[in-house]
Amino acid sequence: MPSHFISSVYVFVLAGFIGFEVIKHVSRLLHTPLMALTNALDAVVVVAAIIIAGRAQTPLSTILGLVAVAASFSNMVGGFLITDRMLRMFKLSRQKKP
Amino acid sequence: MSLLTVRYLIDFAYLLAIVLFILALRWLSSPATARRGVLAGEIGAAVAVLATLANPQIVAYKWILVALLIGAIVGMPLGLVPMTAVPQRTALSHAFGALSAALIGISEYYVREPHITKFGMAEISLEVIIGGLSFTGSLIAAGKLQEVLPQRPITYRGQNFVSLSVLGLAVILALILILHPGDAYLFPFVVVVSLLFGVLLVTPIGGADMPTVISLLNSYVGLSAALLGFVLNNKVLIVAGALDGSSGFILSVIMCRAMNRSFTNVMFGAFGQVQSSAAAVEQGRTVRSATPEDAAAILSAASSVIVAPGYGMAVAQAQHKVRELFDILTKRGVDVKFAIHPVAGRMPGHMNVLLAEADIPYDKLLDMDAANPEFPHADVALVIGANDVTNPAARTDAGSPIYGMPILDVDKARTVMVIKRSLSPGFAGIDNPLYYLDKTLMLFGDAKTFVGDIVRELAGGSSA
Repeated sequence: MPSHFISSVYVFVLAGFIGFEVIKHVSRLLHTPLMALTNALDAVVVVAAIIIAGRAQTPLSTILGLVAVAASFSNMVGGFLITDRMLRMFKLSRQKKP
Repeated sequence: MSLLTVRYLIDFAYLLAIVLFILALRWLSSPATARRGVLAGEIGAAVAVLATLANPQIVAYKWILVALLIGAIVGMPLGLVPMTAVPQRTALSHAFGALSAALIGISEYYVREPHITKFGMAEISLEVIIGGLSFTGSLIAAGKLQEVLPQRPITYRGQNFVSLSVLGLAVILALILILHPGDAYLFPFVVVVSLLFGVLLVTPIGGADMPTVISLLNSYVGLSAALLGFVLNNKVLIVAGALDGSSGFILSVIMCRAMNRSFTNVMFGAFGQVQSSAAAVEQGRTVRSATPEDAAAILSAASSVIVAPGYGMAVAQAQHKVRELFDILTKRGVDVKFAIHPVAGRMPGHMNVLLAEADIPYDKLLDMDAANPEFPHADVALVIGANDVTNPAARTDAGSPIYGMPILDVDKARTVMVIKRSLSPGFAGIDNPLYYLDKTLMLFGDAKTFVGDIVRELAGGSSA
């Protein structure tokens, strides 16, 4: 078992708790934007993909890494874009009147 | 700067990104602060990506920049899809997320092999299995939502046995690899079998269950990202994955509760088949139908109206006509609100987005718990394109397949009006006794045309 495993478990468990507490309070109106936003945040796997591709260890790892960079970065760009588009549409009655 | 300093700085940047990610979700607690949340998420993601590019392990930049560019070019149009297409876009982005997590795991395996520890092998196998099944499962879900694949559940005898055997095979192969990490020839089979399991898992699930499936897949994708963080000892992946995973899990629980079903029932129950017996309409019951003129007269005489929209409203593209109706009634002093069932639409919260897009203010959107106490005081409940979520049989008929499912209590309003093409049963193929009540008026026709006719009638009435 690698030495960092236990600290990783700590981080995972604590982040899971924070996730539950924070997401429980997300407005019920915003569950679709929530899923779009968590998708965009999850796309941070792009950082791992960048390292795998950039280390240039074997041709296979580089190619797989590059595909992963493109796939996750498209999620990041598209996810933030659509979340913001959706949230811009939510207006109160008094905001509606010009 | 020494290499160690650079590494500390990168780790610190990741911590900053993590804090911003949590704030991003925190600010989604209200539509008023939500856009700030997106900004926090964007800054966090940018910090993480830029810090990573400074990683001294990276020796080749050119192709990374090309891949980032391709990702941006693919991501832009996926961020600009119409709101009705958001569910399939979400499923597709789950597929992309799972794909990249699986590919990184696969690549890490081949970099480490043959000097891979049993523990490392276990982490990678689990990560690749979950990433692989989420990838193909999400693709199938996207195909069903886009209607390039049949919406009906596709079932055959012994299906669950076959699916679970395939999953078992993947686990056995992985176990052999963990015990003998040198048997590298087995690894591609683990990948292929987990991809196959994803297909088998989602294919039998019907269109009506997509809100739950999409949430569950969301949770799996988050889990695969977190596992990847374990493999690579990258804390930002663990946190982002844990946040995504818990979000998907909470949404799945909400969706299951809203349908009074369990996870196992959704995954292995093959709901949504049209049962011919249930679809057979009993003889001797009569319905009352009404014209747009009648409906307009009733609506203008009302002082409070609650609209119960379902996905049928979006299919008919009627939401903009509904907003015109909302405007004209509000102007006349009628209190108009919308009651949103959690599974109205094709993914969690979808109906709210569709109505917000049509410019209906969000303070008029009530969730089920807030709406149900209001129905007994409402003069009119107007049901548009919703069926099963308004079916009183869920409360009273223990033999009904949807018995126990929480519903919108539209039948408690003084008058119920239902816009519907015909008396045919809904997605789940269940007859709706609501239509035969004395207080119910059926408005037969296309939702968009019918609402348009009511609006024209109301507008004409006021000018005359």
